[in-house]
Amino acid sequence: MKKYISKKMAPHDLRRPFKRPTISDQQRRRELTLLRQNQSRRDAQNHARFLASSVLALHDQSQSPEPISEPPIVELELATQDDSKPETVQHGELDVLQASKLGGAEARKWFAKQLMLPEWMIDVPDRFNQDWYVFSRPAGKRCFVVSSNGTTVSRLRNGSILHYFPSALPNGARTKDNSGSALSYSILDCIFHESDQTYYVIDMVCWRGYTLYDCTAEFRFFWLNSKLAETGACDSPSHYHKYRFSLVPVYNCEETGLLTVYRGATPYVKDGLLFYNKHAHYQTGNTPLTLAWKDENCSQYVIDTDSNGQIPSQQQVVLELQDDGKLITSDDPPVVFGCLDSDFIVKSGLRSGNLLRFAVSDGGLSFVDGKLEKADIQYLGKSNRARAFADSYSKVIFQYMVRHSPLRFEDLLATVSSSTTEANEPSDVDMPG
Amino acid sequence: MAMEITQVLLNAQSVDGNVRKHAEESLKQFQEQNLPGFLLSLSGELASEEKPVDSRKLAGLILKNALDAKEQHRKFELVQRWLSLDPNVKNQIKTCLLQTLSSTAPDARSTASQVIAKVAGIELPQKQWPELIGSLLSNIHQVPAHVKQATLETLGYMCEEVSPDVVDQDQVNKILTAVVQGMNASEANNDVRLAATRALYNALGFAQANFSNDMERDYIMRVVCEATLSPEVKIRQAAFECLVSISSTYYEKLAPYIQDIFNITAKAVKEDEEPVALQAIEFWSSICDEEIDILEEYGGDFTGDSDIPCFYFIKQALPALVPMLLETLLKQEEDQDQDEGAWNIAMAGGTCLGLVARTVGDDIVPLVMPFIEENITKPDWRQREAATYAFGSILEGPSPDKLTPTVNVALNFMLSALTKDPNNHVKDTTAWTLGRIFEFLHGSTVETQIITHANCQQIITVLLQSMKDVPNVAEKACGALYFLAQGYEDVGSSSPLTPFFQEIVQSLLTVTHRDDAGESRLRTAAYETLNEVVRCSTDETAPMVLQLVPVIMMELHQTLEGQKLSSDEREKQNELQGLLCGCLQVIIQKLGSSEPTKYVFMQYADQIMSLFLRVFACRSATVHEEAMLAIGALAYATGPDFAKYMQEFYKYLEMGLQNFEEYQVCAVTVGVVGDICRALEDKILPYCDGIMTQLLKDLSSNQLHRSVKPPIFSCFGDIALAIGENFEKYLMYAMPMLQSAAELSAHTSGADDEMTEYTNLLRNGILEAYSGIFQGFKNSPKTQLLMPYAPHILQFLDSIYMEKDMDDVVMKTAIGVLGDLADTLGSNAGSLIQQSLSSKDFLNECLSSDDHLIKESAEWAKLAISRAISTTEVISLQVVANSCISTMGSGTFGFWSEEVGSDGFAETGEECGINQGVTNCDDMKVHKRILSVTLGGNGGSGMTWRKLLVSDAELDYDYPGPNPKHDPRKGKPGGNSGKNA
Repeated sequence: MKKYISKKMAPHDLRRPFKRPTISDQQRRRELTLLRQNQSRRDAQNHARFLASSVLALHDQSQSPEPISEPPIVELELATQDDSKPETVQHGELDVLQASKLGGAEARKWFAKQLMLPEWMIDVPDRFNQDWYVFSRPAGKRCFVVSSNGTTVSRLRNGSILHYFPSALPNGARTKDNSGSALSYSILDCIFHESDQTYYVIDMVCWRGYTLYDCTAEFRFFWLNSKLAETGACDSPSHYHKYRFSLVPVYNCEETGLLTVYRGATPYVKDGLLFYNKHAHYQTGNTPLTLAWKDENCSQYVIDTDSNGQIPSQQQVVLELQDDGKLITSDDPPVVFGCLDSDFIVKSGLRSGNLLRFAVSDGGLSFVDGKLEKADIQYLGKSNRARAFADSYSKVIFQYMVRHSPLRFEDLLATVSSSTTEANEPSDVDMPG
Repeated sequence: MAMEITQVLLNAQSVDGNVRKHAEESLKQFQEQNLPGFLLSLSGELASEEKPVDSRKLAGLILKNALDAKEQHRKFELVQRWLSLDPNVKNQIKTCLLQTLSSTAPDARSTASQVIAKVAGIELPQKQWPELIGSLLSNIHQVPAHVKQATLETLGYMCEEVSPDVVDQDQVNKILTAVVQGMNASEANNDVRLAATRALYNALGFAQANFSNDMERDYIMRVVCEATLSPEVKIRQAAFECLVSISSTYYEKLAPYIQDIFNITAKAVKEDEEPVALQAIEFWSSICDEEIDILEEYGGDFTGDSDIPCFYFIKQALPALVPMLLETLLKQEEDQDQDEGAWNIAMAGGTCLGLVARTVGDDIVPLVMPFIEENITKPDWRQREAATYAFGSILEGPSPDKLTPTVNVALNFMLSALTKDPNNHVKDTTAWTLGRIFEFLHGSTVETQIITHANCQQIITVLLQSMKDVPNVAEKACGALYFLAQGYEDVGSSSPLTPFFQEIVQSLLTVTHRDDAGESRLRTAAYETLNEVVRCSTDETAPMVLQLVPVIMMELHQTLEGQKLSSDEREKQNELQGLLCGCLQVIIQKLGSSEPTKYVFMQYADQIMSLFLRVFACRSATVHEEAMLAIGALAYATGPDFAKYMQEFYKYLEMGLQNFEEYQVCAVTVGVVGDICRALEDKILPYCDGIMTQLLKDLSSNQLHRSVKPPIFSCFGDIALAIGENFEKYLMYAMPMLQSAAELSAHTSGADDEMTEYTNLLRNGILEAYSGIFQGFKNSPKTQLLMPYAPHILQFLDSIYMEKDMDDVVMKTAIGVLGDLADTLGSNAGSLIQQSLSSKDFLNECLSSDDHLIKESAEWAKLAISRAISTTEVISLQVVANSCISTMGSGTFGFWSEEVGSDGFAETGEECGINQGVTNCDDMKVHKRILSVTLGGNGGSGMTWRKLLVSDAELDYDYPGPNPKHDPRKGKPGGNSGKNA
């Protein structure tokens, strides 16, 4: 009767494993499988968390209503998977990793659209002292620095590569101690300052794969300040770290802050001041929530110079030619400065999308109710090929003001000291119409 | 009727199969037709002195089986059935049982003891049968010794059945008093004394309070120690068992007695009969276990805190303990290496010596070396074997610095002994010792390498030669090769094994084909070693690993061409298929891990898959775990192309998920579902209805082993991540399940370590599910479907944070979920998130964590939250920005006011308003109702779950480790009873 086993109060079995490994290979196989599965799950989740969100962030930013020309559909290695993921390789939806694999013109076009561009300050914004930061802009080339997969690349505003180098940024060099996923990348908004060969970091766009596009400037600056130094990127150059990175001190837009950035000494040559709205996200292209301003005291280049470094007698502007002959600024939506007639276009061999140089003639610019009514401009020729964009409206106006009735530092200072007492009333009342 | 059942019970034990079958049928009918009557008849039969002993005994056993079962769900049913019986019937049965304790038939008494314990196990926790203990204790004072003996036995069984917390301390004291008195040397009757000693073994768990009282503890210890000196061997053995149990249960109380205990055990080891001596050695092994645990806890914690201080008993006893153990090594049995079940004093002594080495480290080396030197070259094989075994035993524990000089000298000696020693036993132990050398002193973590360019070839030659020796020696040689290969795991691109790779693989394959490969688990060892050699191979040898693929495939193919096999042959064939599938799994995982080899390997994928499907097909009922593991590896390597196998494979996947009994198969299949999700992504959609149905059934089953449940939750996350917003239709089922499990796992107060560990596994599974679901829905227009669940999820995060007992894994997953929630729900959940504790204290704690992964997740969460919150602010900010621009418009150049105007934020912001909140509440009510139906509605879903969580604890012996019985307190996992043991 095997079925009914009577229990005996017998001695308990005390055998221990003898000459046996404590764990069987089968158990090992199970555990290794679990390890692999957990790792895959983590990768899948990281992918969902980091990459997908930045792909979208970049895409969202560039949804301008059909700009100059469509970027061509780009063939990548990934294109072979087209049956499984049809939507990954649609134009304009590239992420930085994919974009960094692009060559030549496509890469330039893509990167050219990724920087946040300040408008020129032609009037002092409301709540200036409460909602804005200020810092002095280092003189030099504005660029995007991307570190990923063991290398660091800096690209200028027009998308062309400035440097290709190892850095102490996350995943910025092929060193062994890279913590975190090899896929993760970082993007910094920098100005390369020639004389001390330093990248001055003015904004942080992505960090270790986390996108900061839709974070406020306040948060981005906080993150930039707390994270950059941690990596050793601010250390002196070394074998795995070719250029030094440096932070730019940022101040609240109050009297002391303004005076410090305007008059104070900096390790770099100043080129004007930059103002950032604390609550604004990183928005690619022109934005009124970041403003630039300069005068002779804080910049060598207040009035635009020509290609020979001379200040032309007349203000020059670069405008883009459209199908219908209209001449527009780079703003979104653009501002129309005038129109070329079709005979002239044909005769001069111009095509839609060309960037053309004009001089502002004696008639100048005239405004009605704050709107540009008439511009007296004269065609000079095609612009330098390195130009990627037409001038923005605010730039034209700022340059115009500089030559006629500049916005002075004292004006800025006055707003700050007066606005402390001023109530922040809704401004609709003031609206003219 | 009474007459009738006696005969039926006797017939049920008949040698004639037909008679037996008929009788069993009648018993079954009786039980089904009239349960109370059936049970009453059985108890009457058991109690009746006139009835034959055989029918009484069987009546008692059937009664016992009517109260308890191994399977949890069955046990639960039986308990409920007993509790719902008519109280009068139960009283009659109990009266019969108690009455039987006075029977003159020992078998009847003993059976009754067991049944009483089962009834007590059901009723005492319900506060029923309060008079039981009193009436048992009154028996103690009865004159007939056999009544006293039966009563003590009953008390012992009862202590085994019921948990100490259901018995009052007052009654515990009385039980212990009766038991200890029964053990006392003044008790003249040996049966009584033996029963009392065995009862004490079970009652020790009840004696917490008594062991904290010096006088009572002294008394108990004195009685136990005296019993170890009883003239009766069984009493001595039982008394030592008590000491072993005390050593782990009351380690911290032993200091005053340890010297006496050493003297007693030393005497027993030296002079007593083997069963007693084995227990005496086990006492020290058990002390080692305790001290190793405590010291490990010290080591893992910077503050050096442990609940229990280390008393360093082993270190203090070392000078006397080591010679005592070395002595035992010389008492080997002739053929112990061929006998799987052998356990003798030499084996126990050697095992204990190994534990002592792990406990004290370097200190053991000078105490053992003279013994080795003296004996290793002696003509008597016993001395050579003992010396070798002593050497092998102390290789784990002492520092490599201490051992390396000796090992360097010994290595050559061992290699020579393995080829030349005339004795198999010596060769077996020598090969085992070489394996231990490679396991502990060879590898990238060891500074001074004992294997060099110079001796590598010789080592391999000797091991391959030994693989042709008798099976037990060959098996140990395979084991040594296993660890030799393992030591080169992280060797980089070029391995010292490369020149020998082909030869090693060939030799291992030859071993698998030996006629006697079935003995001493030689074939298994050869395949396991082959697996390790493949796992540790480098790019250089990848072409040879590729060549192995068709070879193993052919072997597997041959097992499928089977003719009619006997059940014995089929079992062997099954085992072989398991080994071959396991080997293919390792190869697939290896070759799949680098692009070039994966590309070449893929040419075999179709054929391999069809072989695996045939393996499943030839096991009509169950799915082969090894084949399932291999398929997971194949899916991982194949990626989206795996879709072409799904149609054929799906039924086996479902079968695996339905396999409650072999829960490992179920667990492995759940993992494979995850692999397939990641491989196929949304192409898994057509199979999701079936898979989700099965997973939900698994979760609500109380038959399925609890360890499978956390991975099932994680699997929800895998599915959601793969199919994205298509997970919508499963939300109404999955979310309530998750929510109810979350509520249960939020609090662990009062749980023991093991329960806390399980709870953390459960939390991790739940959180991974949430992560996958949130990320799956991200950027979908349907994200608002998740809004109703957000408050609860945040509350769950808050409560596990406040509970302060989550481990690092849970912490990392939990803070990630916070980020996922913010990432997916964005501004809609902004204010909810800001109100939660998790977004502040918990997040800050994680941000400052030393654990890289926690910090990484926390930084991500912080960003996601700041985005979600700043988007909320941007709605108002945009208004500010607009107005600031309009101000400028009022000045000179006012074109902006018209251009920067409308944006989508405001509309999105309003959508998360009040009407969402309302549907939210309603939805949850509906979900609760569905849940209680799904879970089977045993007194509310929550109750069932809690029961499940707790009651499964004792079944958890399935992950094999060293010693199953070792710790009665915690029920540590142990006991390598797996097929590869």
